[in-house]
Amino acid sequence: MRNIKPAVLTGEHFMNGDYACAEGALACGCRFFAGYPITPATEISEKMSRRMPEVGGIFIQMEDEMASMNAILGASWAGVKSMTATSGPGFSLMMENFGLGIMMEVPCVLVNIQRGGPSTGLPTLVGQQDMMQARWGSHGDYEVIALTPSSPQEMFDFTIKAFNLSEKYRLPVLLMSDEIVGHMTEKIVIPKEKDIKIVNRKKPEKYTDKYLMYKADKDLVPPMANAGEGYKVITTGLTHDEKGYPAMNAEAQEKLIKRLCDKILKNKADIIETQERETEDAEIIVVAYGSPARSALSAVKLARKEGIKAGLLRLITVWPFPDEKILEVANKAKTIIVPEINRGQIVREVERCSHDKCHVISLPKLGDIHTPYEILKVIKEVNK
Amino acid sequence: MSMNEIHPMDKLIRADRMPHIWCSGCGLGTNFTCYLTAMEKSGLDLDKCVIVSGIGCTGRIPGYTNIDSFHTTHGRAIPFALGLKLANPELTVTVFSGDGDLFAIGGNHFIHAARRNVDINIICVNNFNYGMTGGQFGPTTPLDAITTTSPYGNYEHPFNLVDLAAASGAVYVARWTSIHVRRLTKSIQEALLKKGFTFIEIISPCPTNYGRRNKLGDGLDEMKYYREHSIIKHGINPKEADLSFNGEIVVGKFVDIDKPTFLDNQPDMSQMSVNNKK
Ligand SMILES: Cc1ncc(C[n+]2csc(CCOP(=O)(O)OP(=O)(O)O)c2C)c(N)n1
Ligand code: SF4
Ligand SMILES: [Mg+2]
Repeated sequence: MRNIKPAVLTGEHFMNGDYACAEGALACGCRFFAGYPITPATEISEKMSRRMPEVGGIFIQMEDEMASMNAILGASWAGVKSMTATSGPGFSLMMENFGLGIMMEVPCVLVNIQRGGPSTGLPTLVGQQDMMQARWGSHGDYEVIALTPSSPQEMFDFTIKAFNLSEKYRLPVLLMSDEIVGHMTEKIVIPKEKDIKIVNRKKPEKYTDKYLMYKADKDLVPPMANAGEGYKVITTGLTHDEKGYPAMNAEAQEKLIKRLCDKILKNKADIIETQERETEDAEIIVVAYGSPARSALSAVKLARKEGIKAGLLRLITVWPFPDEKILEVANKAKTIIVPEINRGQIVREVERCSHDKCHVISLPKLGDIHTPYEILKVIKEVNK
Repeated sequence: MSMNEIHPMDKLIRADRMPHIWCSGCGLGTNFTCYLTAMEKSGLDLDKCVIVSGIGCTGRIPGYTNIDSFHTTHGRAIPFALGLKLANPELTVTVFSGDGDLFAIGGNHFIHAARRNVDINIICVNNFNYGMTGGQFGPTTPLDAITTTSPYGNYEHPFNLVDLAAASGAVYVARWTSIHVRRLTKSIQEALLKKGFTFIEIISPCPTNYGRRNKLGDGLDEMKYYREHSIIKHGINPKEADLSFNGEIVVGKFVDIDKPTFLDNQPDMSQMSVNNKK
């Protein structure tokens, strides 16, 4: 007889990032997973196919990523926390209905274990080349939330955080991981069920004729009625009014899009998380996210050993971008170095936000992670 | 009609959204009424009935329906509906969309949902063209038909939708036209109550775009044509359910079988023990 494991695997494990992501989702109540196999995210699907039946959830392997994204939107409207996981080529296909999720305000989580692109690119090797696609990949104007884990533990923790943010602000939240973090195996600690903080979507009052689908509260987020609860849900990808009715005019467009953006922008203080190491007196600050943040931390430690005043600002939330935090460190430091596994994407944001207060250096690398020594070398050159 | 008179369908439509966007003579109003009547007659709890569409003239139907309604993106109604159904099996989920939406951009989703036998109902309004975008040819446009993107006559072979549905695994397959109000209503009612993936094709006039360019007259003329040229052939092999440009229209119920659904086939975990140790 096979044993069934519970949803929350409290305890210590030796686990890769992809599996940790799946366990994080299950631990916070995700009970619907739809995906299409793609390296390096496939292990998430595989884990979900084994685990979902154990916890009474649904695993479905869809015919493509457009279908996967739509299926999780539908499942979320049925009141079930839902997730999909992919990599570059699939991420491109998901962009269409990621936009629908933004427009209909659907809580769910989209995981991207980034590999090298464009196109089929480097299926088995790391990339951070989809960071701007995460921000702008679907058409139209909108704000997103994207988190960047650096370890299997964070794959677990940030998946839960992503679900919580998606439920709180009613949008698909992006977990922008990368191949190194997804495939790396490390110790992870899964807390007791009662110690896991879970946020659930706001529900409307009992149905009355006055119930309006998209009338937002003070926090700019409308309470969400699920299908099957008697609210007569009406929702569309078209621009709509508070009733959820299509409204084809400039005023409605202005009002809706502004609210969709403001619900993120006005709550930045609640959403954004960054981490700092040795930045207090630092003259040279490395700004990093995802797997390169690990090399960056080693580089900073090595630099400190040599008496160089170096520090690390790690971005946990890349979108919305921590503009104020970047300006704050730009005011302190002489130089900011931004190592990324792309040709320099987030460095543009860093430059924009540092308002010429300091020198910003891009440290691009393709297909592989920077070694600590590669980052240290630049720190030392700057320090000369 | 005076303001305080209530239309029998008022409970089922969002009356405050009227007038609708459809052209006069369009078949969609009739098709919509058949669906509403079927839903009412089915005895289903309306709070558990859900309607989903993609984009197009047909795709506007959910927005007028006074139940949980979802107007998704072009071609994606089926996977969205699948998500709703699998996440909450209590729901009766119906996709109501156009031929282009379901079989061009959304064709892959259709065949796979049918293959999986997901318990959802698909109603396709086949008006032989892309109505909403101004009448281009699509995957069901007959050979030689004139559309805005086939000005010399369509040179692509069309799908036989009922054959495609049956071959893909649908457990219920029927075709009617907008004139078959009674039979279509009954068919929708059967589909709503049937377990598994059901498919109903409605041949429907689009006088504005398709009818006009192909000299089929107005909406009423098209309806007359359907009445004169359709023949009921229940139970025939859907491969032989002909649908030619100027010839006969074979209608009827072609498939009505039972087989386990996607949810029926989920692994049975009840025989396994729960291990709470790590
Ligand atoms: C991705 C995408 N491509 C194109 C369109 C434009 N478009 C809107 S409706 C439609 C065709 C609808 O045809 P059909 O499904 O047959 O519905 P009908 O209007 O005939 O009822 C198209 C191509 C779109 N909305 N989205
Ligand atoms: S364009 Fe055709 S399908 Fe669309 S509403 Fe008009 S008649 Fe109906
Ligand atoms: Mg059409």
